[in-house]
Amino acid sequence: MKALLVRDLRLAIRAGGGFGLSLAFFLIVTVLVPFAVGPEADILSRIGPGILWVAALLATLLSLDRQFALDHEDGALSLIATSPLPLEAVALIKAFAHWLTTGLPLTLAAAPLGVLLNLERPAFSWLVLTLALGTPALSVIGTFGAALTVGLRRGGLLLSLLVLPLYVPTLIFGAEAARRGAEGLAAGTPILMLAGITAGSLALLPFAAGAALRINLR
Amino acid sequence: MSIWEYANPKKFIATTTPLIPWVFGATAVCLVVGLVWGFFLTPEADRFGSTVKIIYVHVPSAMMAINAWAMMLVASLVWLIRRHHVSALAAKAAAPIGLTMTLIALWTGAVWGQPMWGTWWAWDPRLTAFLILGLFYLGYIALWEAIPDPDQAADLTSVLCLVGSVFAVLSRYAVNFWNQGLHQGATLSMDAEENISDVYWFPLLFCIAGFVLLFLGLVLMRTGTEIRLRRLRALERQAQRITA
Amino acid sequence: MTLRVEGLAVARGGEPVLDNLSFIVTPGAALILRGPNGAGKTTLLRVLAGLAPPLAGRIDLPPESAAYSSHADGIKATLSVQENLWFWSDLYGRARDDAVLDDFDLRPLRERPAGTLSAGQSRRLGLARLGMIGRPVLLLDEPTVSLDAASVGRFAAWLKDRHLAAGGLAVIATHVPLGLDAPELDLSRFRADPWTEQGTDAAFL
Repeated sequence: MKALLVRDLRLAIRAGGGFGLSLAFFLIVTVLVPFAVGPEADILSRIGPGILWVAALLATLLSLDRQFALDHEDGALSLIATSPLPLEAVALIKAFAHWLTTGLPLTLAAAPLGVLLNLERPAFSWLVLTLALGTPALSVIGTFGAALTVGLRRGGLLLSLLVLPLYVPTLIFGAEAARRGAEGLAAGTPILMLAGITAGSLALLPFAAGAALRINLR
Repeated sequence: MSIWEYANPKKFIATTTPLIPWVFGATAVCLVVGLVWGFFLTPEADRFGSTVKIIYVHVPSAMMAINAWAMMLVASLVWLIRRHHVSALAAKAAAPIGLTMTLIALWTGAVWGQPMWGTWWAWDPRLTAFLILGLFYLGYIALWEAIPDPDQAADLTSVLCLVGSVFAVLSRYAVNFWNQGLHQGATLSMDAEENISDVYWFPLLFCIAGFVLLFLGLVLMRTGTEIRLRRLRALERQAQRITA
Repeated sequence: MTLRVEGLAVARGGEPVLDNLSFIVTPGAALILRGPNGAGKTTLLRVLAGLAPPLAGRIDLPPESAAYSSHADGIKATLSVQENLWFWSDLYGRARDDAVLDDFDLRPLRERPAGTLSAGQSRRLGLARLGMIGRPVLLLDEPTVSLDAASVGRFAAWLKDRHLAAGGLAVIATHVPLGLDAPELDLSRFRADPWTEQGTDAAFL
C-alpha cells in the first residue's frame, strides 16, 4: 500500500504531475471574486468563507480526471489490478494521495487567502477546521467519480457533471459550519454532519470505486 | 411460474405490448376526470384563489419525480444482483421520464410561486432538493450516453444510482438544515396539502393515479424500445460474426 | 503449480470469440498461442489474468499467481528505471532484487528517467517488471515487440533459465520464435460458433 502512495506522490510532485495547479486555481478564483462583487470589506468578509469553500471544491474537481486516467492509458491500472492490492484499497490510497496533494495544500492556503477576503479573526480557524474535515470527503467522492469515468473519452466534463451533485451535502455542511462559526453561532451540528459525511464516504465509497474500476477494466 | 420469467426480453415485449394501449387509455380517463374536476368543478380556495388548482399537476409530477428515481434504484439493484437485462433497460428508460417530471414539478412550482410568494424562485428546501434531484437525473442519463458498451453502462449507472440515492437523501437533509433559518415550519405547498379538504382531495387522487399510469405506460413503451434497440445491435453483431 | 483450463469460452466486448478451449500447462513448461489478429489471444490472456470474467468453463490457477504483461507496461516517464521497478517489487511485497537489472541489461540505465528510454529499452524495462514481481505464471502478450535480436535472445534466455527452470510456467502470444521448446496452440481452431447464443447479446437473440 505504501508503495502506491509513495509512487503517486512522487508522480504528482515531479514535472508534469500537476501539483500546484489546483492551488494556483484556488488563488486565482479567490483573487477574481473581489473584482466581481466589489471591494467592500463587509461584503467580502461575509461571503468569504463560502467563496473559499466553493473555490476549494472547484480546485479539487479540476485535478480529479488525472486520478485513474493516466494509469489507465499506460496500462498500469491493469497491472495494479492483478497485484495483491485489492482495487478497493487502490481507490482509497489514490484518494489519500489526492488529498495530500490537493486537499491538504488547499486547507493550508485558505488561511492566507482569507486575508484577501477580509475574513474576521474567528473565521480563519473555522474555515481551516471545516476544510480539513471536508476536503477528504471531496477527494474520496471525486475518486469514485473518476473510477466511474475512467477510460471514457472526454470523461473530464462528465466527471464534473457526476461529482458536483454528490458534493452538495459536503459543501452545504462545510460552508454552513464555517459561516456559523465565523458569526459566533453554534456550529456543532454542521461540523458533526460534515465529519459524518467524511467518515461515511471514506468507509463506503472505496468499495463503490473498486467495483467501478473492475467494471471498467473488463 | 415466477415473476422473473418476465425478465426475459422477448417474454417482456410479448406480455407488455398489448397492455400499453390499455394503460394509456386508463391514463387518459384518470387525467381527464381529475383535471376537469379539479380545474372546473372545485371552488376557489380563500387564501390561494384559482392558483391552487396547479396542485393537480404540481403534486403528481413531484411525486413521480421521486418515485421514478426509487424505481430506478430498485431496477438497478435487480440488475446488479440478478443480471436481468430488462431491469437495467427499464432503469435507463425511466430516467428521462423522471427528469421530465422533475422539470414539470419545478416549472409548475415556479408558476405557482410567482403569485403566491411574489417570486419565480426561492431557495426553499423543497425546491432546492428538486433542483438537485434534476442534477442527479442529468448525471445518470449522461453516464448512460457516454459508455458505448451497454452492459458496462448498465453496471456503472447502477453503481451511480446506488451511491447517488444515498447522496440525494443526504442532500435533502442538508438543504433542510441549510435553509431552516429562512422558512419557519412547513412551506406553502405543504400547507395546502395538509389543510386540503375532500373537495380538492378526490380530483387530486385521480390526477395522481393518472400520473402513475402515465409513468407506467411510458416506462413500458420506452423499455420495449430499448430492448428492440439491443436486439437490433445483437443481430447486427451476429451478422458481422457470421460474414467474417 | 499447474495451469488447467477446461471448456473455456471468452468474449470480447460481450461477443464470444473463443469456445471450448482446454489445455494444461505444467510447471517448467510454456505454451505459445498462435492465431491471426482478432483470434482472441489478448482476450484469452486477460481472462486468464482475471481481468475479465470468462463466459463459461473453468480456469484452475492458484490466486495471485499470475502476472500479465502487454505492450502497455505502465511505465512512468518521470520515474527513473530503478524507481519504476522498485514500485512493482514493493507493491507485490517482494525484495528489491538487483540481479533483475542484469538479466534485462538495465544496470547502465538504472538512474535514467524512463521517459528518455528508447522503445526497445522501455520494453526491456516492462519485461523486467516480471522478474521483479516473481509470479510463477506469466501471461505474455507479444513480449518481444520493438526488441532487437540480441534483446529477444536475452529475454528468451531469462525465460528459459530463470523462470521456467525454477518451475514457473508461461502462456505467450507471439509471432517471433523465442527458441523455446514449447508446444503451440492455434486459437483459430477454437473460434466461437458465430451462431452461438452465448455472451451478453444472447438474451436478445
